[in-house]
Amino acid sequence: MSVTATKTDFDLLPFAGEHHEEIPFIRKYIFSTDHKMISRQFLFMSLIFLALGGTLAAMIRWQLGFPGQPMPGGGVLPDTMAPGGIILPEFYNSLVTMHGTFMIFFAIMPLLVGVFGNLLIPLQIGAADMAFPRLNMFSFWLAVPAGFMMLGSFFVEGGAAGAGWTSYAPLSSSGEFTGVYLGQQLWLGSLFILGFSSIFGSVNYVTTIINMRAPGLTWFRIPLATWSLFITAWLVLLAMPILAGALIMLLADQTLGTTFFTPETGGEPLLWQHLFWYFGHPEVYILILPAMGIASEVVANGSRKPVFGYRSMVLAMISIAFLAWIVWGHHMFMSGMNPMLGMAFMITTMLIAVPSAIKVFNWLGTMWKGNIHYHTPFLHGAAFVSLFIIGGLSGIFMAVTPVDIQIHDTYFIVAHIHYVLFGGSLFGIFAGIIFWYPKFFGGIMNEFWGKIHFGLTFVLYNVVFFPMHSLGVQGMMRRLYDPYQYEFLAPLLPLNRFISVTVFGLVAVQAIFAANFLISLRRSNKCGPNPWKANSLEWTLPSPPPHGNFQEMPVVYRGPYEYSLPGAAEDYLLQSEPETGTEGAERPLEPAAH
Amino acid sequence: MTSQAAAVELPGRRPETGVEGVYTLKLGMWIFLLSEVMFFTSLIGTYVILRFAHPEHFAEPGEVLSIELTAINTFVLICSSVTMVKAFASLQHGDQAGLKKWLLATIILGTTFVGVQVYEYIHLIEEGFVPMTELYRAEGGPLYGSTFYLMTGFHGTHVTIGVLALIFVLTKAMRGEYTPQSLGGVEIVGLYWHFVDLVWIVLFTIVYLI
Repeated sequence: MSVTATKTDFDLLPFAGEHHEEIPFIRKYIFSTDHKMISRQFLFMSLIFLALGGTLAAMIRWQLGFPGQPMPGGGVLPDTMAPGGIILPEFYNSLVTMHGTFMIFFAIMPLLVGVFGNLLIPLQIGAADMAFPRLNMFSFWLAVPAGFMMLGSFFVEGGAAGAGWTSYAPLSSSGEFTGVYLGQQLWLGSLFILGFSSIFGSVNYVTTIINMRAPGLTWFRIPLATWSLFITAWLVLLAMPILAGALIMLLADQTLGTTFFTPETGGEPLLWQHLFWYFGHPEVYILILPAMGIASEVVANGSRKPVFGYRSMVLAMISIAFLAWIVWGHHMFMSGMNPMLGMAFMITTMLIAVPSAIKVFNWLGTMWKGNIHYHTPFLHGAAFVSLFIIGGLSGIFMAVTPVDIQIHDTYFIVAHIHYVLFGGSLFGIFAGIIFWYPKFFGGIMNEFWGKIHFGLTFVLYNVVFFPMHSLGVQGMMRRLYDPYQYEFLAPLLPLNRFISVTVFGLVAVQAIFAANFLISLRRSNKCGPNPWKANSLEWTLPSPPPHGNFQEMPVVYRGPYEYSLPGAAEDYLLQSEPETGTEGAERPLEPAAH
Repeated sequence: MTSQAAAVELPGRRPETGVEGVYTLKLGMWIFLLSEVMFFTSLIGTYVILRFAHPEHFAEPGEVLSIELTAINTFVLICSSVTMVKAFASLQHGDQAGLKKWLLATIILGTTFVGVQVYEYIHLIEEGFVPMTELYRAEGGPLYGSTFYLMTGFHGTHVTIGVLALIFVLTKAMRGEYTPQSLGGVEIVGLYWHFVDLVWIVLFTIVYLI
């Protein structure tokens, strides 16, 4: 073995054993440069925004289920939002806009990229920290003021932005149309700052993964979670600046009196849509790719089998990321674009079904004939796969231009986006939080309550969102304050009321997760390094890993999914374990914690 | 699997160099610059689209914008890239005095560029060439002013940030913190500087000349 030959390189790394001095409170918990602490900070921040986004959703559903009736507890809201608890139309616009904005930019995106990117990348590649730890800290501390700006916009004159999360111009470019002036500007400024945070984060992720892998960790031995975060980081890196450019122009239209997006003086409203969706479609994959990576990890772990088609999984993610750049027009079929161009976008969009289907079949192939352990992360991972299938199929409906004419901007798209973003991304996030909870906080979450939460969420989720396909096909447009003023939509009130009541249940059920999460934080809740008997490098470390992570540089000998090797003593084999033979019983089952 | 023994022989990666031979700081700057490319693409792309769609909003080259003044300014910025290269080459050869001298020259040239741009702005604003639609009085239409200030403004901001970074690097060079073995700070600021220079050459061509 040439391990000793590479040892000389390792001495240069700042490993955990080298420094023991106490870190002052502020540097440890607030302005920390430790990737694990930054990950935890992102986790708490984005879970708070997730709860807020859910509350806004419940308020939207109150208006749709019980239009014009006073909302329970709505009395606490100021008269500019909901006098006497009755939601005003302007406030409803803000609710719809801010629900989307918070969920996409401040909940799902930081949960996937900020939380798991920070936690998993250094741990899974055997690095002591990120390439640029101070830049990493800066990323988090840019996201916080951006969040406060967005939150604060509710309380300025005119209320929060109300032009939808897509902020189409010219609706968004002048306050005359929505009655929102400062709120829209805060929205633009907040996302601009958040863009910086995301770009700096991506520079860190890409650099770290390219340059700081442990010896032996070749590209095709990297765990799929890290692979997915690597590809996502590229998308963030290249898409966010496009949004930044568009945001600046819209902000200039709002404040300086330029007319980039106003037609009277030569501006082009459609230009905003092009710029926005040129960012927006890669953004869609930013929101799903890391969840795919997490699902691959938990599905393989629960099935106790290697990931079926590991390489094709990686290549499929790369293809999806590539196709992301040439499909943005499918958001704009109804903008009056040339039918030939629409057809080109239709074909490129349908092409995405190929790598997506490869991934789905690979997940099924992973589970096939596996010795399945139905632990909570696996259940969430399996839910991810099944709901992603539904979300993917409804996506094909909308990719077909003639069908899109009927269902464009209806509840069909609302159903579709929630099947991929809630059914896909959020179930992936639940799987990830539960699976890596030991690496976040050192213990393990309660499995019984985890399964209760999973079962209720899964059922209620489908009851809420599946009927929305039907609402959309029947012509119910999204973002309507009172759909029932139209005669043909009036009969949909009972179904909407049923969905609304279910939503309140769905939101309430999340309290089980919150309680389980918080109670599991207690210090007495401790588990060993590898409670799920998984293979990648983070499971060789104590839970939670110490500052600096690895006591000595790990060496990687194999891929991350060597489950149930024939003849091996255990049904898993750590990536850093030197021998593969049947004498596996001699190795320590769980490496000693330092 | 038999290939496992071979895998161990892969050289270790370390933050200082990385196995690909590009050290981490430099790799990070390259990746950041890719992001910057996309940012300027969104601004320049907007200009190109609007100009093709509404040629009546734009004026012929030289009508509003002075090609002569900006050509000189472009030359100044290209010279600053040369002096930046000289600064880095001096450091590589261990010539500390040369490093400081050429860094200072780059800072002076960069500041000159920004100064000339500010002078040009003042001059243009007096002529009514402004971004605001209501106040626009020059040839062409207000979109011309909006896109011009958008692109050159963000480029100028980048030059200004570059000058500040160069001043920071110069103060570190004064303290003798760079050596031929530790030159990352100078090299990445140089990369950024050359990138900003390159963007200007594109902007000069499409905004002033075409």
